[in-house]
Amino acid sequence: MTAEAEVLPPRTATGTVKARQSFAARLSEAVSGGLVRVFLIVVGLFWLVPTIGLLLSSLRSPEDMSASGWWTVFSKPSQLTFDSYQKLLENSDITSSLLNTVLITVPATVLVVVVGSLAGYAFAWMEFPGRDWWFLAVVGLLVVPVQVALIPIAELFGKIGLFGTIFGVVLFHTGFGLPFAVFLLRNFFAEIPRELLEAARLDGAGELRLFARVVMPLGGPAIASLGIFQFLWVWNDMLVALVFTKSGTQPITVALQTQVRQFGNNIDVLAPGAFISMVIPLAVFFAFQRQFVSGVMAGAVK
Amino acid sequence: MTSAAAEGVAKTTATPSAPRGRKSVTGTRRTVAALFLLPALVLLGALVVYPIGYSIVRSLYDSSGDHFAGFDNYKALFTDDGIRTALKNNIIWVVFAPAVATALGLVFAVLTERVRWGTAFKLVVFMPMAISMLAAGIIFRLVYDQDPGKGVANAVWVGIHDTFAQSSAFPKAHPGRNSPLRADHGGFLTTSPVHTGQSVALPLVGVAPDQMPHSAKKAVQATSEPGKITGTTWQDFTRGKGVGRLGAVDPSELGYSGMRIEAVKDGKVVATAKAADDGTFTLPAKADGALLRLPAGNFKEPYNGVDWLGPSLVTPAIIGAYVWMWAGFAMVLIAAGLAGVPRELLEAARVDGANEWQVFRRVTVPLLAPVLAVVAVTLMINVLKIFDLVFIIAPGSSQDDANVLALELYRKGFSEGRPGVASAIAVFLLLLVIPVMLFNMRRLRREVRR
Repeated sequence: MTAEAEVLPPRTATGTVKARQSFAARLSEAVSGGLVRVFLIVVGLFWLVPTIGLLLSSLRSPEDMSASGWWTVFSKPSQLTFDSYQKLLENSDITSSLLNTVLITVPATVLVVVVGSLAGYAFAWMEFPGRDWWFLAVVGLLVVPVQVALIPIAELFGKIGLFGTIFGVVLFHTGFGLPFAVFLLRNFFAEIPRELLEAARLDGAGELRLFARVVMPLGGPAIASLGIFQFLWVWNDMLVALVFTKSGTQPITVALQTQVRQFGNNIDVLAPGAFISMVIPLAVFFAFQRQFVSGVMAGAVK
Repeated sequence: MTSAAAEGVAKTTATPSAPRGRKSVTGTRRTVAALFLLPALVLLGALVVYPIGYSIVRSLYDSSGDHFAGFDNYKALFTDDGIRTALKNNIIWVVFAPAVATALGLVFAVLTERVRWGTAFKLVVFMPMAISMLAAGIIFRLVYDQDPGKGVANAVWVGIHDTFAQSSAFPKAHPGRNSPLRADHGGFLTTSPVHTGQSVALPLVGVAPDQMPHSAKKAVQATSEPGKITGTTWQDFTRGKGVGRLGAVDPSELGYSGMRIEAVKDGKVVATAKAADDGTFTLPAKADGALLRLPAGNFKEPYNGVDWLGPSLVTPAIIGAYVWMWAGFAMVLIAAGLAGVPRELLEAARVDGANEWQVFRRVTVPLLAPVLAVVAVTLMINVLKIFDLVFIIAPGSSQDDANVLALELYRKGFSEGRPGVASAIAVFLLLLVIPVMLFNMRRLRREVRR
C-alpha cells in the first residue's frame, strides 16, 4: 500500500476519458451524481440530527421537554433558555465532577506521553538483550481488554489504599495507555535519521540530553497524536472510573451515569450535562483533526 | 490496526536514509536502558500483565476466593441465564455491528470522492468518535424515546406509517350523559332502532382538540329526508361550556369528519356510511329498523410507533447507536486506503466499458480487501468489549435482554459479589482476542527485524 500511494497518476487522464463518453453516458452520470448528492445529504442529516436533538433538548425547560419534542423550538424559538445550564453549573456535584475529569485526564495523558516516550526511545535506539522480544511483548498487550484488569486491580488498589482515589484511576489509564504509546512512539522514533542522532552525539550530548533535545522535538507529530488520543480516551471513559472512583472522586461521566436511571425526569440535568462533557472532546477534535486521524490510523485498537 | 498503524506511521516518516540496523549511537550502558524502560515495564507489569495472571487464578476459585472450584466458574459461562443471554447478544454484536459499520464506511468513502464537499461530510460522520459513549448513550435515549411526540426515531417512523396507513381518527371518544349510544365491542351502538325519515343524533365526547381531524367542520343537524335515514355524529362539547345543550348541535361544536357508521340488523351489517366534514351522514331505506353502530375501528389508539428499547429490539437499536459512532472510523481508514488505489486501474476498467457498479465491485473492493479486513477486525475487538452504550441506552426493564459479556462481568464482579465467575468471563474475553494478539505480533516481528 505504501508503494502504491506514491504513484498517484496525473489527474488529466480523467479528462481524455470524459471526452470520449457519449451524451447518454454523460446524462446518466449527471443523474447518478445527483443521486449521490441527495444520498449523502440525507445521511449527513441522519448523523447530525441526534446531536442537534441533544443540544436543543438541553436548551429547553423540563416542562417543555415533557410536553413536546425538541423540534418544537423551530416553530417556537421562544422556548430556548439557558436555565438548565445555569442550574447545572450551580450543582456542586456536577462542577466538582468536571474538575475531577480534568484532574484525571491531564495527568493520565502526560504520564503516558512521558513514560511511553522513554520506553519508545529505548526500544528504538538502545541496545540491550532481547530488545525486540520485549517490544513484541508490549505490542501483544495492545488488545488486552480493560475488563480483564477490573477485578484484580480493584482488589490490589483496595489493599494498598488506592481504591477510590484519583491517583488510582490515573495509574490505571496510564497502564492501559502504554502499549499503544510505546508501539506508536517506538515506530516513529525508529525512523529518525541516524545522522541527526550521531551529530548530536558528536556535539557531546549524553543519552538524556539526546532524548530531550533531539528525539522529543522530532517526535512532535507522533506525540501529538498520542496525546490527543489518550486525552480523549481518558476523558470519555466511564467504565474504569465507574469501578475505581467513589462519590468524591468521580468524573463527569460517572456523575451523569447515576442520573440515567431516572431518565426522563431529569433530562434537564442529563442533556446539558452530556453536552458540557462533549464540548472539550469536540473542541479538541476540531482543533486537532489531523493528529486525531493519524492517531486513529496508527491503531485504534482499544 | 497494526498494519494500518505501521503504514500510517511509515507514510509520514519514511526516509531513504532510515538505517538498516539501529545500533545505539552512544553505545549505551545497559543500566541506562533499564532506567528508560523501568517506568513503562513496572506499570505494564503491575496493571496489565499481573491482572491477566490473577484473573486466570481467580477464575478457578469460588466467590469467597477461599476454595478451589476447578472449572465450575467456566461451566457457569454456559449454564447461567444472564451469561447465556450476554453470549448470544455478543455474537449478534460481533456479527452485525462491524459488518454494518464497515459496509457503510466503504460506501461513504467511495461516494464522498465524488462530491466537492466530501471533507465536510466526512467530518460530520467522523465527529461522533470524539464523544463519550455515555454522551452518545444519552443522545440515543432521546432519539429512541417511545413517545412519537418526543423521540425523533418514532416521530419519523409514525410519520411514514401514517402516510401509508390511515390511523384512527377518534381515540378516547366515548358517550356523554344520557347518550343514545352504549359501548359495544370497543365501538358504540344505539340503544334503540332507527327509522326512515328520522334525523339521528350520535353525540360523543372526549376527543382532545388536537386529535380532531383537520378536515372537521362545524357540526350541522342533519335535515330529515323521507325514505332515508339521516343523522349527525359530532363532538358534543363546547369549549368552556361543557356539553352546551346536551345531545344537540351547538354552534361551535365540530362534526366527526370521516367517522364510519354501520347499520346493523340481527347482528348483520346492512348498510354503511361515512360522516361528512360537518358530521352528517345518510343511510338508505334498507337500514330502516336497524341499530346504528360506530365500529371499533374509529376509536383505536393512534399508532404509537416502535418500542425501540423493548426486549426484542433493544440490541439492534443499540447497535444502531454504535454504528452511528463508529462508521466514521471505518470511513476514514477506508478513505485512506482508497487514496492509495492506483487511479489508472479504475480508469482502465471504465475505458473497458465497466459501469460504476462493476468498477466498485470488481476493482475497488478487491483492492481494498486488506484495509476492509483490518477495519472489521478492529471493530470486532472493540465490539467484544462493548459496555457503556448498553449500560446507558438499555432501560432497566430491558437491560437483561440487552445484556453483553462486559456488562455481565461488571454485574457479577461488582454488584452480585461473584468475582470468580466475573474472572472466568474476563479470561474468556481474553481468549477471544488472543488470535489477534498473535497476528499483531507476527506481523510486527517482520518489521522489527528490518
